[in-house]
Amino acid sequence: MKSSIRAMLGAALVVAAALNAAPAAAQKTIKFIPEADLKSLDPIWTTAYITRNHGYMVYDTLFATDAKFQVHPQMVDKYETSKDGLTWTFTLRDGLKFHDGAPVRSADCIASIERWAKRDVLGQKLGEMTESWAVVNDKTFRLQLKKPFAYVLEALGKPSSNVPFILPERLAKTDAFTQVTDPTGSGPFKMVTAEWVPGSKVVYVKNTDYIPRKEAPSWAAGGKVVKVDRVEWLYIPDSATAANAINAGEVDWWQQLPSDLVPLLSKNKDIKIENTDPLGSIGMIRFNHLQPPFNNQKLRQALLYVVNQQDYAIGIAGDPKNGKPCASYFTCGTPLASDAGSAVLSGKRDLEKARRLVKESGYKGEKVVVLDATDQPIVHPQALITTELLKKIGLNAELQAGDWGTLITRRSSKEPVEKGGWSIFHTWWVGPDLATPALNSALRGAGEKAWFGWPNDPEMEKLRDAWFEAPGLAAQKKIARQMQLRAWITVPYIPTAQFTIPTAYRTNLSGLLVSPMNLMWNVDKK
Amino acid sequence: MSAVPAALAAPRSVSPMWRGFRDAFRRHPTAILGGVLLLVMVAAAIAAPWLWTVDPQALSPVRRLKPPSGEYWFGTDMLGRDVYSRVVYGARVSLTVGIAVAILSTVLGLALGMLTGFVRWIDAILMRVMDGLMSIPAVLLAISLMALTQASLENVIFAITLSEVPRVVRLVRSLVLSLREQPFVEAATAAGTGIARTLVRHILPNTVAPLLVQGTYIFASAMITEAILSFIGAGTPPNIPSWGNVMAEARSLFQIAGYLILFPGIFLSLTVLAVNLLGDGMRDALDPRLARRM
Amino acid sequence: MGVVALFVFSLLYISPGDPAAVIAGDIATAEDIARIRAKLGLDEPYMVRFGNWLWALAHGDLGVSIFTGLPVARLIGQRIEPTVALTLCTLIVTIALAVPVGVVAAWKVGTWIDRSVMGFSVLGFSIPVFVIAYLLIMLFSVQLGWLPVQGYRSINEGWWPFLSHMILPSAALGTVYMALIARITRATMLDVLSQDYIRTAQAKGLSSNQVLLGHALKNASVPIVTVIGIGIALLISGVVVTETVFAIPGIGRLTVDAILRRDYPIIQAVTLLFSGVYVLINLAVDMSYTFLDPRIRY
Repeated sequence: MKSSIRAMLGAALVVAAALNAAPAAAQKTIKFIPEADLKSLDPIWTTAYITRNHGYMVYDTLFATDAKFQVHPQMVDKYETSKDGLTWTFTLRDGLKFHDGAPVRSADCIASIERWAKRDVLGQKLGEMTESWAVVNDKTFRLQLKKPFAYVLEALGKPSSNVPFILPERLAKTDAFTQVTDPTGSGPFKMVTAEWVPGSKVVYVKNTDYIPRKEAPSWAAGGKVVKVDRVEWLYIPDSATAANAINAGEVDWWQQLPSDLVPLLSKNKDIKIENTDPLGSIGMIRFNHLQPPFNNQKLRQALLYVVNQQDYAIGIAGDPKNGKPCASYFTCGTPLASDAGSAVLSGKRDLEKARRLVKESGYKGEKVVVLDATDQPIVHPQALITTELLKKIGLNAELQAGDWGTLITRRSSKEPVEKGGWSIFHTWWVGPDLATPALNSALRGAGEKAWFGWPNDPEMEKLRDAWFEAPGLAAQKKIARQMQLRAWITVPYIPTAQFTIPTAYRTNLSGLLVSPMNLMWNVDKK
Repeated sequence: MSAVPAALAAPRSVSPMWRGFRDAFRRHPTAILGGVLLLVMVAAAIAAPWLWTVDPQALSPVRRLKPPSGEYWFGTDMLGRDVYSRVVYGARVSLTVGIAVAILSTVLGLALGMLTGFVRWIDAILMRVMDGLMSIPAVLLAISLMALTQASLENVIFAITLSEVPRVVRLVRSLVLSLREQPFVEAATAAGTGIARTLVRHILPNTVAPLLVQGTYIFASAMITEAILSFIGAGTPPNIPSWGNVMAEARSLFQIAGYLILFPGIFLSLTVLAVNLLGDGMRDALDPRLARRM
Repeated sequence: MGVVALFVFSLLYISPGDPAAVIAGDIATAEDIARIRAKLGLDEPYMVRFGNWLWALAHGDLGVSIFTGLPVARLIGQRIEPTVALTLCTLIVTIALAVPVGVVAAWKVGTWIDRSVMGFSVLGFSIPVFVIAYLLIMLFSVQLGWLPVQGYRSINEGWWPFLSHMILPSAALGTVYMALIARITRATMLDVLSQDYIRTAQAKGLSSNQVLLGHALKNASVPIVTVIGIGIALLISGVVVTETVFAIPGIGRLTVDAILRRDYPIIQAVTLLFSGVYVLINLAVDMSYTFLDPRIRY
């Protein structure tokens, strides 16, 4: 026995030596400039998009949504629903393994979903409806619901933050409020932690054990075929430097470039500039509904008549090609978007009416504090434009500039502005996150329990609950219209523009996928 | 040292020293040039509303990034604001930062320096604190302050002042220490003059000249530091223009709309140049041995 | 250094920025943020946290970054090499160029050489670092294509990759420093050259070189070295900007990012590092006095 093992080892060594002696084929490496610096590796612990992108590299999901908003199985091979809709049984595909060699089992999936459900907004809804999860065997598991829930698959295949990635059980058992720092997953790439320099470089290599599905890729669904050996994420904070770097060929792919720099790159015939994210993102003006003066509905409405979405679109995106108005509370280009009541925002701007509404609201010159984050190129122009607008309609507006860290801390304050509170802040959400009442947290009227701004609108909450029960797309659309009409009256926030950020890559790359999330399989390099 | 014997005859010592100073100063044309340039900038800052400017904060995104023309002398920036107006009004903020920091740090440094020179136990503690302060780079101090509260003119002035004070303290301290050993001071102490009187009548006049020179250098470097702070995002609030933050906001557009950085940059550099020349002239006009201490 | 430690820790403690809020993200509720704070130990009273930190420090443990979960020591270790390399290169280039230039200017005082040197040095003071950096990149990387735009290559990867990536950053960073050193060298040399013993040396028939280097420079060196020491603090401010523009993964950027994100452990550790380095430099400068000026003895 021993001798035969030794013989095999010896043979293996010889073969290995022979292989190494042969000249190694050149490694295909993609050098990529990501949208931000990767700080946290745990896509459940944080909603940051950069961490979500990292998640798509090293993890896989049970289901995935495609470009047509259809949900398809990804890690799941087949699934069944009981007649009463209360029992869902899932069976995993064959050959799924984690990067450390361990096979993916039901227990891993259940632990991961439960951890995700503690943090994610849709996951929490699923959690409310869930009776229990149970392991049938290593490849099959069962979900028992309390009531029929039409969005099980949407939840398990949610494309953007937080994504229900599958982690090994030992890591998924980590408390949902503590970071997981071990990036072991079952995804198409493996992260090389030894080469990670936070703030500068992240390195991934192809997971040669990954078994992609046979279908063509569409968003995060379909086959994830990795065509290169190695991917390096190089974070370059200065955009002028990044532009020069890709121009000089020092990097291959720049995820998000400011549209003002497009002319700099378009002269280079080795660089292609495209838009791989048609849905884009939506900017918004968010009011503080708890404190004067914007606890007054009339005053919020006043702003609706002077906000010129075109100005915001250009202010944010620079190039009219990359920014356009979207006077809808549900992302334009998605099934629930409509123009119900939109004339108030998209029609001719009416300064007189705005000033009249300000008077009618009984505004007495209270100070309006607009929070600004100068280090955020999407927040900053919006803040500047809004402040000027507020002054135009006669409000006592003051811009308070800080950085993003300060803004997100200050916005949690419910105090009046004299005590460090705020009246308005700006932010943006990616298209998918505002597409349905299930996901659009900014639209909700849960009062003090709502997202920052705390609009109190029980009527809106009733409509939202009704939407979850709505039988079919037609009924959903009807309720969505009703919600939007209500929103023009209560004005929980004002959407400012829908904008996309172009991507630039050198012509030796091919196969880039169109998707709101940055995905790196299917990309090849000559 | 010519200034020392002059100081023996207390108040009257000022005029001969100043006369010599003025004459020497006139012999340096570059210093005069610097002075004139500075005055022009200050005048422009004060007269800003009357220099064919518009509201520097008025924005209009559709008019963005227009190159210099007859209508927009320096072009428009990324939000359609008039760059010429922003540069002219920007003089106000930049010059304010420079002057405020120069005055504050000089006065504070003088006070602390005299204290440490004379009072032994304060010396030990204060110098440790000063050393500690000097070891934290101005930039990091400013970012921390900005992160603590919000971006504001006061914070920027405070942060830069804090980083310049230790050097002034050292300068004053060394002056005080050396002057203290001089016979005329010992004589004054022997005659029963109190510490405060000694400080004011004998030490203070001799610190004025070197502090003046140091102050101009601080003025210049404060303006540059403000630009660097704006670059990093810890400078003055961006809607109110300063030369530094106009440049910083346009940094990624350097190769597309270079004029956005060129114009404020020229104004900033010219002013800093002017102040530096002024300082050089003043320093050369004084006793060269004073120059060595800097 | 103790003063600095206390100062920094207190400063951060009263800071309103909250890493928990940053972590929790946009959709978080107040409860989420509170739970993250509790997990990170941010809720414990001041003395407890300060005590914990000092205790860990005494054991060589610099703590763990709030955001990446990685040990601070490892983060600093990764990023220190580029900053040290950049600073050293800048120092070497600067001193090697500026001191001789200052000497020459002093020797030829009043001539056009002197005036142009002084002119350039004042110019060097007057332009902010990032403008110089952009100009250099535009000229040497974009137009001429001689040097890379950005990045850092460790010296392990070879002499030329390392140097080519260091040239532009050092030049940008060093400009201000060079201006300062050239001026001080010139001023000090002028002062020394007017001394009697110089004239004696010249009368004795020593060559200009011997006079300049052997006597004048040696005596001028004390203030020059002092200024070099002071200038290092100036350098650090410029390092942050240079690292940002040239995408060099050094300590400067690490610190700025940490401050903006309120990653306390990193900020605390780096500040201690800075003050420690500063103390060392001052020590080195003081030590060098004994070599340069035999009259100074400790």
